[in-house]
Amino acid sequence: MSLEYDLASGSTRELNKKLHALGIANKTDKICVTNPNGAHALAVGLTRPLKVNIKGHVGYYCAGMNQIAEVNIDGNAGPAVAENMMSGYVTVTGNVSHYAGATSHGGTLLVCGDASSRCGISLKGADIIIKGNVGHMSAFMAQTGRMVICGDAGETLGDSIYETKLYVRGSIASLGTDCVQKSMTEKHKNELETLLISAGITGADAAEFNRFGSARKLYNFKVDNADAY
Amino acid sequence: MCGIVGLFAKTKEFEKELGKYFSGMLNEMTDRGPDSSGCAIYHNVTKANILKIVAMSETPLSENKLLDTIRQSYPAASVQELESLHFLITLEGESKEAILELNQCFPNLKILSSGSSIEIYKAEGLPKNVLEKFSISSMTGSHALGHTRMATESAITTAHSHPFSTGDDLCLVHNGSLSNHNRLRAKLQKEGIYFSSDNDSEVAAGYLAWRIKQGKTIEEALNHALEDLDGFYTFAIGTKDGFAVLRDPIACKPAVISETDHWVAMASEYRAIALLPGAHSAPAWEPAPGKIYSWSH
Repeated sequence: MSLEYDLASGSTRELNKKLHALGIANKTDKICVTNPNGAHALAVGLTRPLKVNIKGHVGYYCAGMNQIAEVNIDGNAGPAVAENMMSGYVTVTGNVSHYAGATSHGGTLLVCGDASSRCGISLKGADIIIKGNVGHMSAFMAQTGRMVICGDAGETLGDSIYETKLYVRGSIASLGTDCVQKSMTEKHKNELETLLISAGITGADAAEFNRFGSARKLYNFKVDNADAY
Repeated sequence: MCGIVGLFAKTKEFEKELGKYFSGMLNEMTDRGPDSSGCAIYHNVTKANILKIVAMSETPLSENKLLDTIRQSYPAASVQELESLHFLITLEGESKEAILELNQCFPNLKILSSGSSIEIYKAEGLPKNVLEKFSISSMTGSHALGHTRMATESAITTAHSHPFSTGDDLCLVHNGSLSNHNRLRAKLQKEGIYFSSDNDSEVAAGYLAWRIKQGKTIEEALNHALEDLDGFYTFAIGTKDGFAVLRDPIACKPAVISETDHWVAMASEYRAIALLPGAHSAPAWEPAPGKIYSWSH
């Protein structure tokens, strides 16, 4: 089923209610949302195999807590797009504001433009792919998952990072505490190539990227202490 | 939280509709702050040596009494009573002396703005309240700034509302909070800057007025502000000819800018800009942390 929903005459609550009722029995429904005009909390909490295409700029929290659904934002996104995503695929054709993909556990967030500060903060397993640049404090306390930055990174990238892998193609204003450059082995190049291909990125060669991650000096888990937990 | 908006007309045609579009923008930001609201409109530029003052009385005051008193020193002065004990005063003279005299004669009269172009209107309550009271939507103008406040650092009164103006044709709206405002206020008071409240944002306005008094440009004053102001902020600053935007280097307070051939707009959120003509096809971006953006006629 293919539907269209015009936010110029409808409400966010009605739209989200409609979206939650679609995609039953693993049947993929498509819905095109027009006139978002920067509205907040669009297409949040989706748990079914939907394809949602939002034509225009969105406000805060778009596609938050997403599961399974594919959400495409044809424009810019405000703060915290795809926050706490569990699975699925969220694409933004423009730029994203703060905290993009924050705390996301799974799925993929693809940003075709730039990301503002704190992108991927406390990342918990999702893949975040940014075609442009990311702002300061990105990947702060990022725990697992992968971040691919095709452009430049702002100050204190990966501060207090745990085990998220960071692949950066451009320059880095500064690395955060306990974030260090690591060797780019064949295994990592292959992993990155797979990520780039899956995101449809052809202009960037995996060999041009550097890998960054935790020096593991800030968080000190020693296997000798395992019995204590 | 707080919501701020700024709209700058690039064409004479758009100036005619500035009030209408500006009102829509400020209304759209209502749910970012319900406590008080205000706007600074730059329009109706006075002739040389003519000063325009917007003042608000905290106690009942008649237009005639105000006019009679002012005319003792300024024979050609005029007074127009607006809504809610707001008065629009015009006189031939210097603002420093005129404000001093008004303060002496009417201790309960708060000066909201002075200059040749700026008019500030503010009140407690939602933006709708101030916009309707002062018929902002029917005003023409070259540029305007607005604010809707969610109070955090000081009381909810008209005097604590934004925009703050501490210099001729200069005003500031602020989303955020400053942490070194008490010490800075004391320092600025020694330098002769007058404050009408204990609000933190007013200190930022006073700081810029002090720097401009030193002969700095607005850009230079803002560069100094990056060093001297401690706290979180997105500022929009109005001057006689234009407006500027600055976010602190941590940049946790939001801001979006958009521009067409007819206007430049900034707002806390894009949805305030979305209702402007041509916004859908205009570029929209977040101002970078610690970078000064400015436009002037």
